[in-house]
Amino acid sequence: MAASAPPILLFTDIDEPGLHTLEVYERRGGYQSLRKALQMTPEEVLAQLKASGIRGRGGAGFAMGTKVSFLPKGSMDKYLVCNADESEPGTFKDRELMQKTPHTLIEGIVIAAYAAGTNRSFIYIRGEYVLQADMLDAALHEAREAGYIGESILDSGLSLSLVVHRGAGAYICGEETGLLDSLEGKRGNPRLKPPFPALQGLYQGPTLINNVETLSTVPAIIAMGGEEYAKLGVETSTGTKLVSVSGHVQRPGNYEIELGISSREIIYGLAGGPPEGRQVKCWFPGGSSSPVLKAEDLDVPYDFNSLAQAGTMLGSGAIIVVDDSTPILDVALKVAKFYRHESCGKCTPCREGTNWTVKMLERIELGEATPMDLEIMASVQEHIIGNCLCVLGDAMAMPIGSMIAKFKDEFEEHIEAARMSRNLNVGGI
Amino acid sequence: MSTPEEIIRATDVLEVRSAEAGVRLPVPRFGHGSRVPGWDRPADLEKDPAQIPDPATTAVPEDLRAEIEAHLAKYPDRRSAALPALAAAQRVYGWCSPEAIEQVACVMRVTPAYLESVATFYDMLETTPVGRHSVYVCTNISCSLCGADELFEAVHDAAGDDADFNVRSFECLGACDIAPMASVDGVYVGPLTVDDVPRLLDDVRAGRPVLPEKQLARRLVADPHANSQEWPGANQSPAEGGS
Repeated sequence: MAASAPPILLFTDIDEPGLHTLEVYERRGGYQSLRKALQMTPEEVLAQLKASGIRGRGGAGFAMGTKVSFLPKGSMDKYLVCNADESEPGTFKDRELMQKTPHTLIEGIVIAAYAAGTNRSFIYIRGEYVLQADMLDAALHEAREAGYIGESILDSGLSLSLVVHRGAGAYICGEETGLLDSLEGKRGNPRLKPPFPALQGLYQGPTLINNVETLSTVPAIIAMGGEEYAKLGVETSTGTKLVSVSGHVQRPGNYEIELGISSREIIYGLAGGPPEGRQVKCWFPGGSSSPVLKAEDLDVPYDFNSLAQAGTMLGSGAIIVVDDSTPILDVALKVAKFYRHESCGKCTPCREGTNWTVKMLERIELGEATPMDLEIMASVQEHIIGNCLCVLGDAMAMPIGSMIAKFKDEFEEHIEAARMSRNLNVGGI
Repeated sequence: MSTPEEIIRATDVLEVRSAEAGVRLPVPRFGHGSRVPGWDRPADLEKDPAQIPDPATTAVPEDLRAEIEAHLAKYPDRRSAALPALAAAQRVYGWCSPEAIEQVACVMRVTPAYLESVATFYDMLETTPVGRHSVYVCTNISCSLCGADELFEAVHDAAGDDADFNVRSFECLGACDIAPMASVDGVYVGPLTVDDVPRLLDDVRAGRPVLPEKQLARRLVADPHANSQEWPGANQSPAEGGS
């Protein structure tokens, strides 16, 4: 347990009954940040976002203020799209926010739209989140009635439409350009970049895309001031972050942490560590797309740069813990099968690479592999990385590559043991 | 004769079982010898491409038409309504049948082929007939670490031949805190054990709320610092007046 209570910005009394309604949200000071922001100029709001240093919470970790400033000026249709497709395995933080405090997200969207000069906004929520989408729809209806969404919001001259758009089950639609194609009513295939969405995004117009958690943090940033927010966390990773801890831990769930605390404190202190008598074997620090770390890396500070230095990434903030009762092959096979299923098939290295990786892992499992297959498999991963339109293939190649590198002995032992037992079986028949 | 979808789903179960038994099953193939469905339907190059269906001859139920038109009105480009419109048609017909796609195409003023291309991309849009109750069992990494593969097999076996059920192993549903879990007609329940399976199916058959005490909607946040006091774990439902 931490000595002093950590700062809580997003999860403040999140289980208070009725927080999802406008009445309770306003009673607790909701939409005051929006009023404050509308007293400022859009440039001043943008300056606050830049001063806060907040980096995108969806996976890439790009500075939000900088992203907003990429949008061109001028009076054309501009779009803000909230990425609520949360499909990265292990991630479930946005779900908690949208379900329990949907107005925080709506307020954040309106403020961000004001700063970016956008006039149309969309929330692209994954189709599986039925309850959460219903919550957003109901909150949106209330916000519209109260004049927080629509024409001339709070008599400021800011007009903004907002549509909750439900997806239909496709991991790739969490990739920003795949999301845009899906929102345009097409198959969710990623686009070639550049042009980047900030210049040519939705309907070929300038588009700002941000994650639910990023946008939900905006009201807190405006309320406390960007510089004050930047005092939280560490220099290159400011503020608080929601982490979703799952897998072999005693208390799985969402936790709001100050960036820069040790990973051990999250996994053991907050989530209770693996079950009694078991040890951490490896852990994904940022969803199943992040290269795995081992037990000796538990003291790495949990922030963007420290994790990057450790050869992995913070990603979406989803920590998946695997304990020593699970063979690494099972983990690799599960991960690889997921990416094979979700590859949209547009780029060859990803479509074929994910398929071959699964086949080679299955060969190991069935005792048909030789140690040379490990090298071939590692080289397949290298040929995927950086060679596709989007990073879905990389998202398999990085963790699989890291597992082969870090658990080579175990893979080799498995290959030998499976071959032995297969030979015995064949001989017995 | 099994439908392609059934063969593919049965393969999921077979893969698990064959791995446990340490044997390699032959790759399942369709009647035409390919592992890819649809190769027995060669393209008829003489045929004219399907046009946008004629409203005069395409009957569309009034409710469905109204819902699709409401979706169309929300977007600057009408094609954006494809997903919500197909989802609406699926709620009416149970799956994206050729007739359903024809009707959506008629209201949206696009070709049926366009909508078929969209429908085949997304996991939640069914392109073959399925049971009306969907049970998606998450078998991704976090859930499988907690026993999801056994759970899926148990649900699959318990539902058996019941044509009312559409039991699928699904990719991460975003609820790893209640692993292993399932989405039953859109309602998240977990953590589930194999012992919960009979009651889960009974609740669905009887039209009762599914395993109420295990529904995600009732779960409080795990973070011990989040709440300043103990709040009752209420069963949340959207506020009044939502669409």
